[in-house]
Amino acid sequence: MTHDIRHLSRRGLLGGAALAGPAVLAGGGLAMAQGAPKPATLLNVSYDPTRELYKEINAAYAKFWKEKTGQTLTIQQSHGGSGKQARSVIDGLQADIVTLALAYDIDEIAQKAKLLPANWQSRLPQNSAPYTSTIVLLVRKGNPWKIRDWGDLVKPGIEVITPNPKTSGGARWNYLAAWAWALKQPGGSPAKAEAFIKELFQHVPILDTGARGSLTTFAQRGVGDVFLSWENEAFLSNEEFGPKFDIVYPSLSILAEPPVAVVDKIVDRRKTRTIAEGYLNFLYSPLAQDLTGKHHYRPRGAQAQAKYAGKFKKIPLVTIDDTFGGWTKAQKTHFADGGVFDRIYRP
Amino acid sequence: MNRPGKLHLPGWAPLIVLLAVAGMIALVVLPLAMVFVQALGNGVGGLLAPFREPDTWSAIRLTLIVAGISVPLNAIFGLAAAWAVTRFDFAGKSLLMALIDLPFSISPVISGLVWVLLFGAQGFFGAALDAMGIKVIFTVTGLVLATVLITLPFVARELIPLMQEQGAEEEAAAMTLGASGWSTFFRVTLPNVKWALLYGVLLCNARAMGEFGAVSVVSGHIRGLTNTLPLHVEILYNEYDFVGAFAVATLLAGLGLLTLVAKSLLEWRFSGELAATRRH
Amino acid sequence: MAITLTWLSLIVLIPLAALVIKPWELGLDGVWRTLTDDRVVAAFRLSFGAAAIAAAADAVLGLIVAWAIVRYSFPGRRLLDALVDLPFALPTAVAGIALTAIYAPNGPLGALFAQVGIKTAYSPLGVVLALTFIGLPFVVRAVQPVLEEVDREVEEAARTLGATDYQRIVRVVLPAILPAILGGVGLAFARAVGEYGSVIFIAGNLPMVSEIAPLLIIIKLEQFDYAGAAAVGLGMLVISFVALLALNLVQTWLTRRSRG
Repeated sequence: MTHDIRHLSRRGLLGGAALAGPAVLAGGGLAMAQGAPKPATLLNVSYDPTRELYKEINAAYAKFWKEKTGQTLTIQQSHGGSGKQARSVIDGLQADIVTLALAYDIDEIAQKAKLLPANWQSRLPQNSAPYTSTIVLLVRKGNPWKIRDWGDLVKPGIEVITPNPKTSGGARWNYLAAWAWALKQPGGSPAKAEAFIKELFQHVPILDTGARGSLTTFAQRGVGDVFLSWENEAFLSNEEFGPKFDIVYPSLSILAEPPVAVVDKIVDRRKTRTIAEGYLNFLYSPLAQDLTGKHHYRPRGAQAQAKYAGKFKKIPLVTIDDTFGGWTKAQKTHFADGGVFDRIYRP
Repeated sequence: MNRPGKLHLPGWAPLIVLLAVAGMIALVVLPLAMVFVQALGNGVGGLLAPFREPDTWSAIRLTLIVAGISVPLNAIFGLAAAWAVTRFDFAGKSLLMALIDLPFSISPVISGLVWVLLFGAQGFFGAALDAMGIKVIFTVTGLVLATVLITLPFVARELIPLMQEQGAEEEAAAMTLGASGWSTFFRVTLPNVKWALLYGVLLCNARAMGEFGAVSVVSGHIRGLTNTLPLHVEILYNEYDFVGAFAVATLLAGLGLLTLVAKSLLEWRFSGELAATRRH
Repeated sequence: MAITLTWLSLIVLIPLAALVIKPWELGLDGVWRTLTDDRVVAAFRLSFGAAAIAAAADAVLGLIVAWAIVRYSFPGRRLLDALVDLPFALPTAVAGIALTAIYAPNGPLGALFAQVGIKTAYSPLGVVLALTFIGLPFVVRAVQPVLEEVDREVEEAARTLGATDYQRIVRVVLPAILPAILGGVGLAFARAVGEYGSVIFIAGNLPMVSEIAPLLIIIKLEQFDYAGAAAVGLGMLVISFVALLALNLVQTWLTRRSRG
């Protein structure tokens, strides 16, 4: 991997650039601007709930790029379930950038198709996740079933809606958050957590393939009492469907870090590395950070964090690394064929 | 429409008609009505809103391109296949017929999957194509391949029974009168089957434009680039733009209805032709 | 001839060869384990079971609709005739969303069924509904021409022999249209087994309960298990091919018997 050295040496720079974004970017941009800039395109392959966010960020970056370099930039978007999107990139979808729901999916691109180095996640600050989110409980207005925490989900008669962890990245975060809660209860153990998860999924009447389809089932079709949701989607639901839902923060949830990465082999072939890396750095800029907060993601930048401090409730959050030993392990234990999720459906 | 000499089952008539109508309403009419009702949820403005988006137009354009390539290819194949099956006797004929029908029983998901297995970056020919810089999957080529596989039998299936019934006498007569193979084909065969051919093309086209499962596997879902109309419906639906999704769906449903109208007209003509051929 | 074979090889044979070759990367043992996994077996049972029930429902409803269109005159007959082809023409995903909207617990018909305690959408019944929808035209269009033929030729003969209505139906009409029904049912079944777009919205997709085989293929793909996905695909293809073959044999036998 010839790129590794370059990236490692640049890491310190990027770390510092995280919040100063545009100033540093200008340097990269000017190098590109030598000669008459031809219009360029960039493909960002992303997961489901980021549609609104990237629409706005893409417009902002294209404008920023044009001002800095004079080059006209068209950013194309593809959205879908995170796993499906990763598979498309592995199968040859020409993504300059991937912005997916969980690190495991980008790991797979690195491992299966060798399109980027295995250490991709350390190339950008904060685990390459410029924004974070968490998992919350969305209930119908007025919280008629008095849902307060994960434990309430397995009360008799409660119906829980979540997408299928096999096909949806968000659903994996849902599952892991519930597991972590059960594990951290007094006297909790992996066996007890598995028992809780098994009971929880007995309350799930429908497993849609993606987070968006699942929320449609809950909001539009009126099925279920609780929807396990990305925090950002929970906020969005009240915008899209009218104020019909309340957000309940459980006593413990998980820090969801949707990571971003440049796909090295593709940007090198398409000669879009500068633009693509500029794009990812831009995500850490105050402007983009403000947009993430606006679209209900928890920003990483201090300025945006301060601005949106009142919006996002502070609750204890476990991480995939401290509680589950990283994504590779979590995937193997829980979601692979024959893992815990398959096991809980066996009689 | 009571033709004499027919079996009427007088006592049963209302019941059977009622059952038929009720079944069709619950199963077919309601979903169609639902599409239009939902699309008009925000009035005519809502219905037209998605058509102000360039992405919708590029989806329409792409759908037309894909159908425009796939349908003629399958029409030519259908003619050739029907000709081969009905005019020649050869070993393995029934196997050939079974193969022509096979795409009907292949899951759309598999019809997409096989192209990924062949031409995907990790597929059998992936590395070779990559070296030559040719992209198949996630391009129009991939969409066309998946669509062609799905719609392959439609034209052939319409033509085979008709050409079987008509037999080769007229062609043989033309040949003995000194007409060449090609001119026999264009002067005799083609005019004889033109309505069936058109009917097959219409069905093939409707299916080609509406296909979802197979193209979903090979599309890449890039807005404005590799997004066909059915995929665009899914995108809008997933953006919680239900009215928009159904509005675009009305276009596809409208296309379906148009196909049906055209087909009914054809059947009217076609049944005359059929009757004519029967008199031979 | 050359065109036919070349095109068929390019579009059907080579891709299917890929499907046939791919699973064996897992080894014979691996393919066997994939196909005998409880979840795969449950999905196969649902896909083939629901397709069979739907095809049977199509046979009944299709026969009734064809009978009504051919035998009776009533207002809207031509419209009914035209609407039969709608499931052909309506994109499957649109049909799926529309059916779900109707049969969901808060949809117009779903609410009705919910009152009597029947869950339509999000249950195996929902799967059957969607599959019946897409299969209906196959049966109607197969039976219709034959039904028209029957009264022209055979029935008048029976009539002159003084048979009663009932006798004519059981002895003359049914045997004559049975092969056509079976042919239509076979196509409806084959199409239903693999259907994805319209089912996925209405199924509920619970493992072991309402998860269809094509969804399992998608799930395996998303776990980057190409060989496993191809194994499930191959299994589906083999089973439906055998089912169609069996149906074809019965159909041929019936045709011979009714002629002989």
